[in-house]
Amino acid sequence: MHPLAFDIAHMLAGSMVLVSFMLLYQNRMLGLLSVFALHALVLSLSVSWEAFIQSAPHLYITAAIALVVKALIIPAALQRIVRRLGIHRTVETVVGIGPTMLAGIGLVALSMVLMLQVTTGTDALAREDLAFALSVVLLGLLMMVSRRNAVGQVIGLMSIENGLILAAAGAKGMPLVVEISVAFSVLVAFMVIGIFLFRIRERFDTVDVQALESSRGELQ
Amino acid sequence: MPAISLLLWCTAALLGVGVMAVVFTRSPFAMRGVYLACLLLSALMLGVALNRLVGGAVPAPVLVLPLGLPWLGAHFQIDMLAALFLVVVNLGGASASLYGLGYGQHEEAPARVLPFFPAFLAAMNLVVLAADAFSFLLSWEVMSLTSWALVMSHQRDDDNRRAGYIYLVMASFGTLALLLAFGLLAGPDGGYGFATIRAGVHSPLLAGLVVGFALLGAGSKAGLVPLHVWLPLAHPAAPSHVSALMSGVMTKVAIYGFIRIVFDLLGPPAWWWSPVILALGGVTAVLGVLYALMQHDLKRLLAYHTVENIGIIFIGLGLALAFEANGLPTAAALALTAALFHIFNHSLFKSLLFLGAGAVLGATGEHDMERMGGLIHRMPYTSFAFLAGSVAISALPPLNGFVSEWLTFQAILLSPELPQWGLKLLAPAVGAMLALSAALAGACFVKAFGVTFLGRPRSPAAASAGEVDRFSLAAMFLLVAACLLAGILPGYVIDAMAPVTHALVGAAMPTQTGQAWLSIVPIAEARSSYNGLLVFLFIVFSASLAAFVIHRLASRAVRRAPAWDCGFAWPDPASQYTASSFAQPIRRVFGTMIFRAREQLDMPPPGDRRPARFGLTLHDPVWETLYAPLGGTIDTLADWFNRLQFLTIRRYLSLVFLALVFLLLVLALWQ
Amino acid sequence: MAIIRDFAVQGTQMLVVLMLAPLLTGFIHKAKARLTHHRGPSVFQPYRDLLRLLGKEVVLAQNASWLFRVTPYLIFAATWVAAALVPTFATGLLFSWSADLIAIAALLGSARFFLALAGLDVGTSFGGIGSSREVMIASLAEPAMLMVIFTVALIAGSTQLSTIADFMLSSQVGLRVSLGLALVALIMVAIAENARIPVDNPATHLELTMVHEAMVLEYSGRHLALIEIAASLKLLLYISLIASIFAPWGLVEADGAPSAYLAGIGLYAAKLAAGGGLLALFETAVAKMRVFRVPEFLGAALMLALLAALLMFVTRSL
Repeated sequence: MHPLAFDIAHMLAGSMVLVSFMLLYQNRMLGLLSVFALHALVLSLSVSWEAFIQSAPHLYITAAIALVVKALIIPAALQRIVRRLGIHRTVETVVGIGPTMLAGIGLVALSMVLMLQVTTGTDALAREDLAFALSVVLLGLLMMVSRRNAVGQVIGLMSIENGLILAAAGAKGMPLVVEISVAFSVLVAFMVIGIFLFRIRERFDTVDVQALESSRGELQ
Repeated sequence: MPAISLLLWCTAALLGVGVMAVVFTRSPFAMRGVYLACLLLSALMLGVALNRLVGGAVPAPVLVLPLGLPWLGAHFQIDMLAALFLVVVNLGGASASLYGLGYGQHEEAPARVLPFFPAFLAAMNLVVLAADAFSFLLSWEVMSLTSWALVMSHQRDDDNRRAGYIYLVMASFGTLALLLAFGLLAGPDGGYGFATIRAGVHSPLLAGLVVGFALLGAGSKAGLVPLHVWLPLAHPAAPSHVSALMSGVMTKVAIYGFIRIVFDLLGPPAWWWSPVILALGGVTAVLGVLYALMQHDLKRLLAYHTVENIGIIFIGLGLALAFEANGLPTAAALALTAALFHIFNHSLFKSLLFLGAGAVLGATGEHDMERMGGLIHRMPYTSFAFLAGSVAISALPPLNGFVSEWLTFQAILLSPELPQWGLKLLAPAVGAMLALSAALAGACFVKAFGVTFLGRPRSPAAASAGEVDRFSLAAMFLLVAACLLAGILPGYVIDAMAPVTHALVGAAMPTQTGQAWLSIVPIAEARSSYNGLLVFLFIVFSASLAAFVIHRLASRAVRRAPAWDCGFAWPDPASQYTASSFAQPIRRVFGTMIFRAREQLDMPPPGDRRPARFGLTLHDPVWETLYAPLGGTIDTLADWFNRLQFLTIRRYLSLVFLALVFLLLVLALWQ
Repeated sequence: MAIIRDFAVQGTQMLVVLMLAPLLTGFIHKAKARLTHHRGPSVFQPYRDLLRLLGKEVVLAQNASWLFRVTPYLIFAATWVAAALVPTFATGLLFSWSADLIAIAALLGSARFFLALAGLDVGTSFGGIGSSREVMIASLAEPAMLMVIFTVALIAGSTQLSTIADFMLSSQVGLRVSLGLALVALIMVAIAENARIPVDNPATHLELTMVHEAMVLEYSGRHLALIEIAASLKLLLYISLIASIFAPWGLVEADGAPSAYLAGIGLYAAKLAAGGGLLALFETAVAKMRVFRVPEFLGAALMLALLAALLMFVTRSL
């Protein structure tokens, strides 16, 4: 293939790392959701480009799932729920943003060193793409660890999943990518629902929908 | 007379001057005589050293004098490295002596300063000239002790006594470390001469240990974190021209010791020494300048800033070691030249800044910046010299500070060629730390110059200050001229250092004097070059052109009026920014984490007429993590052992008996 | 003949940057006005402002020193010299070997040093606010700039801007992640250094939002004119820098025909307009940050630039 094609794939993988750093930098809830939508959008672009250059049509389905579910549905749903429940607008971090980003750089350096030492003999761009995917996973973990708020932690989990899909798409000929992505998405959806169920129970001491009826503001 | 003998006679003369100062201390001409003698002798030695340096790499004979240990004698030699450092030492010494001719009349206890000043100069020269371990260590100790005596010259002040005590402890620790280093190098046969050590072969473990001891010993004298704690206490306590010598010259002599041991005596380096030195250098640079930003005592700020520059020099030395260990001699030469150039530059501008601070101290009697201000009107020449020093130390073109920083950056840009992963990841991090410390240094000197010299006077002493005498001004302007020349014509300085790098790493930078238009080219023309003279001329030309055009074609009118200040002008000078308020944004960004800086504000409610109170607490992380626990442990141990003072006779006898039995046991088992 | 042509190119560059800088500022004002549904002043208004200021008498505070009077000339000279060395329509400038990218960044640093000193000179609290915030911003923006320079120098193999521009024009460069990261970091640094929203508001007179305006509060007349044109030159320098490294198409290499130079100037004007338009769009879309969010913004730029340099160091060995 034309070397520019591999360069573009490389750029898209690098953009995922950049957007992961932007996720670490955000400290407002709604900003976090928008940047996560961007993360999923870049993922779907990257996966569809991989589908194009590898001539693997089943990856287009993965890209479509990423786009529809993670870039559109989940952020929109989370936004509505956040507004309804009136959760704080800012997401507090455990340490300041400066040390978090320094730790992020350290993790990227670690994943580069590791990947480049473990995979010898393959071509340079593929090795770097794997290193970027590992960085995205590690940065997602860092995000989960450094946020106090449940929504921030869920978004961290979803970005870990995005990194895994990126790695899987980059490796040529990995089977069942589509099935695995669907399974992960369902898992994450259930986790998100679970968190909000706990929240609702905290607020109202029950999740029984009947009991909630009495809080509706209608004239009886 | 060969150069080495001339130099030794001059140092002997300096020691003689010190003795005469003790004898003639009551005479009214003692002060002038001593400083004049020091000036002439230092100038003579400077001339001899320069002659030796530019004369080329002629092999130097070793002079053996029948002094010191009877089976060893005292060896002295001027090789190229020694010649370079002699230039540094004597240039600093000459300017400090010239300054002292004027400043000495402010000295309230001349009998405590005059005998030790020439001895201090002599000892520093002897350290550089020494060619065997014994003379080196002896001269090093004399250097420490004379400077300690000078620090204690105003010992009635409690702070000065504490400073002297800590200095003595750290100096002894440093000498102990160097003693161990030389002991390991000399080996069981006791070959203390440098020539013998050079010819010997050292195992990697031994070499590593020696590097560690050299870092501890030379590093503590130079001011490497975490061994820097004595420096900001001792340097401000001494008289100003002595502070200039201690910061600008003595730290360089310490680095000379480090270079001599690690680059010359140890032979080929191992690659893992370099990341340690690089990391220490980077941390020192950043921490030093952050400490300096938190200070409001002018001389203490300058002393902490010396720590930053020592960090930059060690970054250059670490890079040179890395390149040399990996067989890249031209890159090593570049890094080493950058470090040596910075050594030369720092001795120039730090001496200049301390002399300026001394002038301010003499004129106002204050050393706290928050009681100064507006001195640019009262002391115009001093402020110009201090401004030139501030511009130079902030690494701004076209002065000399920029050239050495530029060379260090060029050396860092060569480091992707290093094969080891640790170095590959450390080099860009160290580059970022260097860039950060350079930017913070600019901030620090805007604060130092701005709060001290600009604005309105914050105390009556500042409002009534007068310009200092012409000797002090002459010394300062001499250094300003040297800074400008080194910045505009760096090619000559680099070429003068070429034989030094050739002797140490086996290669040198390309010859600079032949380059077009006197620019400097560190590696290759296509890669990078810098022309200080052209940049300087362009700036002067553009500024003059703008001034000429505007004054001719537009207006020249000026009218004086009260300050605008958005309509809120307040006549009280207390309403302007102080040193602490200037540093507040940077303190918020960096200080909350590193110094645990906390501000307490007590604002009275409206209607209450009591004053508001602002308090600031800062913690010194190095002191609290390392020295305070160490001091506490030693105190507890000492208290415990103190019980040995109060034993009965029977207990003492049993101690002696047990010691004897133990030694006999050891003897028996060892056979 | 070649020497005369090189002199002509260098001289033209120096005049072009000086003439175009106020026009760029005027264009950005007009674009911002149009984007907010106003008519806005004419694009030539900054020229009229400068001429008016040059003719007015200077009102100096009673305790302003010689440093206060000399600083505008020094700032103008340093910025003009730096701007004259950044390739705008042609690479291979005659004096480009006298100062490389690091020296250009340091020249801008000296201009900023003297401006901060001038803010402290009269001894007012506004000047102190401006100077202290400016050095805080500089303490993070300068290292970020230097790390971007490192990254670009490692890719192009040189720190000379003309060599870098030539390398970027050639086909060897390819798309690189480090370049992308460096571009983002450089844009963030450029916004901070030129005192644009979201770091500083160039049109404000409120104390809470001032950095650059506070330092120059006491200046008037021809001094203020020099400082304003130096600020416009600095903005032009940064846009030209980004264009010459990341969008170098249209730069005329060493031996070009005169028609190529004219086309180069035209293309350069188009790049300036594009850059100015994007800046205006960004400024109208984003709100100004709180002052203590600026270090986080610049810290992020420094991290990105450090990451870009790190990636370059690591991938060199492959």
